[in-house]
Amino acid sequence: MSNGTKYWTWHMAAGVVLLILLGLHMIIMHMGGTLHLFSPTGPDAVSIANSQWRDSKICFTITYILLLGVGLYHGLYGLRTILLELTLKPAVEKAVTLLLTLTGLALFVLGSWAAWAAHTIAGGRA
Amino acid sequence: MAELKVNFHVTRYNPEKDPKPYIQTYSVAVNDGMTVLDGLHWIKENLDPTLVWRYSCRMGICGSCGMLINGTPTLACNTQILHLSQTDITVGPLPNFEIIRDLVPDLLSMFEKHAAVHPNIIRPEAELTDRTGEFYQSPEELEAYLQFTYCIKCGCCMGACPTLATDVRYLGPMPLTALQRYNADSRDEGFKVRAQVASADGGAFRCHYAGECSRVCPKGVDPGKAIQLLKRKLVLDYLHLANRKKPCPKLEGPGHGKLLPNMTAPPRTIPE
Amino acid sequence: MAAITRHNNRLGVWGWLGGGRWGIERYAYILHRLTGLGILLYLLMHTVVTSLRVRNIYLWTEGGFFHQPIFRLGEFCVVAAFAFHAFNGIRLVLVELGFAVGKPIEPIYPYKTSVGVQRPLLIAVMVLALLFLLVGAYNFLGLAR
Repeated sequence: MSNGTKYWTWHMAAGVVLLILLGLHMIIMHMGGTLHLFSPTGPDAVSIANSQWRDSKICFTITYILLLGVGLYHGLYGLRTILLELTLKPAVEKAVTLLLTLTGLALFVLGSWAAWAAHTIAGGRA
Repeated sequence: MAELKVNFHVTRYNPEKDPKPYIQTYSVAVNDGMTVLDGLHWIKENLDPTLVWRYSCRMGICGSCGMLINGTPTLACNTQILHLSQTDITVGPLPNFEIIRDLVPDLLSMFEKHAAVHPNIIRPEAELTDRTGEFYQSPEELEAYLQFTYCIKCGCCMGACPTLATDVRYLGPMPLTALQRYNADSRDEGFKVRAQVASADGGAFRCHYAGECSRVCPKGVDPGKAIQLLKRKLVLDYLHLANRKKPCPKLEGPGHGKLLPNMTAPPRTIPE
Repeated sequence: MAAITRHNNRLGVWGWLGGGRWGIERYAYILHRLTGLGILLYLLMHTVVTSLRVRNIYLWTEGGFFHQPIFRLGEFCVVAAFAFHAFNGIRLVLVELGFAVGKPIEPIYPYKTSVGVQRPLLIAVMVLALLFLLVGAYNFLGLAR
């Protein structure tokens, strides 16, 4: 079978994971004033103290990395779908796929490293 | 009812003379019950014999007169002028196809895509050519694909599809509906062959359910539904969750299969 | 006979938005694309900006570059885009996996299509998206503090 079904199935699955994880992320970051979730040091959910408190928890670090990977796949595959529907030349399509894959991998490595490093730093302080 | 004058804004294009299509306006005398197709005939007879379009049956069966009428792809013979407007109507060729002339789109690209999805029952050759029995199909199995057989290949869904507005390779609603029609047929064994076509770059996953094909279909075939059911089957098959039923068996002759009680096969009309 | 060049009548990207009289699913489709692109753009920047916290650079807090009102408004737009994209996404998963389009039926005029079958779902998820957005706006406007 051609790979279309495979990639699309995981695109959908990633969407469902994002619905939950990104939903929680949005609720924590943007509804802190109402819900006070995971923000022990004050109502401003994105203050430095609150960010570092979350970074010190290993479950948040793991969730950040998972959210980043799943989000990048869902988003970049979606962008590729839109671009490929423009009827590009085969060489351009290959270049688009390569470029998006590299962008995704680079950002995943950067973000995962940063999440882990932030956990180490915050954990050291906590 | 008194005769009305309705302005027809018709797209004209002659590839031998015109660099690009332009709009020409005709004032058409409209009576109650006139269809857009009748209006075009009236123009050709009374105003402009050079106007070109394609039609055949003039009763919604042949699928030749698909046009963009007031911004909606539909059959000209199936559309009452006075249901649309008392004053102005725009008539253009179906979008997403090349224009041959005036209101005539080149549907060849659609028919080539249709041929590419294997729109026929796939069974071992011996079973198809052996004339000793029929395939057994229950009414429920018939209903699983019957709706999709009513397609008349008019191309209205292709003109409405947003993906086809840019993507040349996308098979489009009509061919994918034909694909699902045969996939859902209990006599067929060709899922693996068609799954190759359906999951490729121009296949079912270029559909994002804008719902236009289902909305404009003049025969109620609902291509959108067919494509979503096709995707469901492809995904379930990929996840190994698909219900793998064997294709229906052949009846071994009169009396075999599920017959109602007290029912006998009629006598053969052809001598054995 | 001379070669005849035909007019290519493809509608192009404008055709995504609609070249005629389209239904609300068409607009849900185009809005899903736009919000998806918006969220992706934010995600790419967000990854880089938040990674800077390792170097003790917090651009989004008081006095930081991204604390300016224009960026705060931009972030709220991302919340709004997420609300639409996520709840419309629930509908799309159900529809595209064939759960919300109904079974094949006999086409009898006036035709009933799968568009009508999934329409209540579309309305329901849009109401939920609006609720999510309202709670987000309540916080964004600082009413919660």
